[in-house]
Amino acid sequence: MSFITYLLNGISLGSVYSIIALGYTMVYGIAKMLNFAHGDVIMIGGYIIFTIMSTVGLNPILAVLISIILCTLLGITIERIAYKPLRRAPSLAVLITAIGVSYLLQNLALLIFGAEAKSFTSVIPVKPISLAGGRLTISGETLITIPLCVLIMTVLTIFIKKSKTGRGMIAVSEDKEAAVLMGINVNKTIAITFAIGSALAAVASALMFSTYTNLSSTSGAMPGIKAFVAAVFGGIGSIPGAMIGGILLGVIEILSRAYISTQLGDAIVFLILIIVLLVKPTGILGKKIQEKV
Amino acid sequence: MTTQFLNIKKLNKSTRYNIVTVGSILIAYAICMYMINAGNMSNLLQNLLVAMCYYGIMAVSLNLTVGILGQLSLGHAGFMCIGAFTGAFFSKIMINTMDNVIIRFTLAILIGAAMAGLFGVIIGIVVLRLRGDYLAIVTLAFGEIIKNVLNVLYIGYDSRGIHFSMKDTASLNLEEGGMVIVKGAQGISGTPRNATFTIGVALLIITYLIIVNLVNSRSGRAIMAIRDNHIAAESVGIDITKYKILAFSISAALAGVAGVLYSHNIATVQSTKFGYNTSILILVFVVLGGMGNLRGSMIAAILLTVLPEYLRFMRDYRMLIYAIVLIVMMIFNWAPIFINWRKNHSLKDAFNNILKKIVKAKKEA
Repeated sequence: MSFITYLLNGISLGSVYSIIALGYTMVYGIAKMLNFAHGDVIMIGGYIIFTIMSTVGLNPILAVLISIILCTLLGITIERIAYKPLRRAPSLAVLITAIGVSYLLQNLALLIFGAEAKSFTSVIPVKPISLAGGRLTISGETLITIPLCVLIMTVLTIFIKKSKTGRGMIAVSEDKEAAVLMGINVNKTIAITFAIGSALAAVASALMFSTYTNLSSTSGAMPGIKAFVAAVFGGIGSIPGAMIGGILLGVIEILSRAYISTQLGDAIVFLILIIVLLVKPTGILGKKIQEKV
Repeated sequence: MTTQFLNIKKLNKSTRYNIVTVGSILIAYAICMYMINAGNMSNLLQNLLVAMCYYGIMAVSLNLTVGILGQLSLGHAGFMCIGAFTGAFFSKIMINTMDNVIIRFTLAILIGAAMAGLFGVIIGIVVLRLRGDYLAIVTLAFGEIIKNVLNVLYIGYDSRGIHFSMKDTASLNLEEGGMVIVKGAQGISGTPRNATFTIGVALLIITYLIIVNLVNSRSGRAIMAIRDNHIAAESVGIDITKYKILAFSISAALAGVAGVLYSHNIATVQSTKFGYNTSILILVFVVLGGMGNLRGSMIAAILLTVLPEYLRFMRDYRMLIYAIVLIVMMIFNWAPIFINWRKNHSLKDAFNNILKKIVKAKKEA
């Protein structure tokens, strides 16, 4: 029974990783940049929910909605100020800017909320259920996280395949210049991508901090990196890849922490990543791009 | 003979460039030493002198991978970590058997470099098939693995030899009088503080010369050809495997040297100091200094090591300012608006315009 509990916890954590990884993978696919500040948007989202709930005492669901709106605005602002001027710059310059934004968000949070870690109250109203005569307990967080992740993934896939904006995104990711010729507003498309990614980050923050309640200015960094790993794991740029990569990563992490070593959990995750990339250098669902000479 | 040696204009361009670079390092060194002796240098700055050297070495060596080989590496601190631990381990074991500090420290540096270089070869082989961001993520993963494993590693030493454990000190089964050297999360403490500013500067110059010589050699040209177009390079018969691994291992070995310098400067090494944040810090040096520009790497490393310390008076706002400076510098450097603005407002043009006006005015007169 304990194995099933670990597995469910793994899938739950993995679902959070895949929601974060979606933001990474969409931004990468469309703007061709690694948005290292993505993890810190999660942290900011967590602080927004925390502040609203502890000061105003609003309903948790409303707090999450406000956090989603504010994070979306934050994502658009970051893109507008820091990344848009660098659209034609080498990718490393953009990467360093993203790192700068990440430092900026972390230190802003440190200044506003202080160095002391806050304890986050769960926003999930569902009670845990007991199965198999009390031997298997599934937490409310797990019950909500997994279906929500599937829902988000489905809606997002439909949005990208069917809507005009979504198909515009595919066009921009395939060929920016050709997309411009087809009458697609590239700047607007990229801004929408950042908005969706940041909104998803806010959702992920509500789910993640409900389970792992420790909230500090750096608590977004490691999930951010893990989600980046998940995105690469599944094949960066691919939406189902982000989901598979995220869930696999979560399961591997929880299982290796449970059965092999608590402290070496991260090391094992990264080792498996290296092995997977050795066998399949573009990730599980990544397309191999043939280079033309 | 002497006059010919001094005739700097007859030397070729790269030699002249190197003489100027090494010369400036030496002049800076001389000024620092003079200031220390005259008591003009603050304690704050004195404590940073060796740090500037090892960060300089890190930046120059990372530039070989990122700027010259053209492969983004996010795990450079992992190699530094290996060098730091190996060097400190060697010094701690040999501290009673080897009295000569110079020989012991030199050996520590060589062993640290060799160990880090070995890992560089391993990583070089692993990442051969990977490109771009996939390579970046593997180097990041590698750095985190090194950090996590060293964080739980215990190594002890007694008359029967060296004992390893991943659990705790007790499980090492040491004899009476045995010595625990690596203590898991506490790392290695009590390493002799042999690293001085002079040694640091010497190592920085040696690192610079090694990389400059590599870049200007046949191998260096092959490495740059791989960066510019690896398919074209392969088709003219360049052995990509060989040169990639060569660049990776040299870069790693030099990072190991920086690590040894680090561990003999602070006396306590902990693996958590070499996480992803340190790798990013070094990458920031390289990108700000200019990719492939070794002199720029050193200047950026020195400036950015000193800057946060001098921003201390702003207390809590210090890292905030650092982040803003980073973003503004990148935008100022690369945004098209600012590139045009700099073209229109360059000092050189302004100077030339003034000269023209003067000439014109003279002619009219």
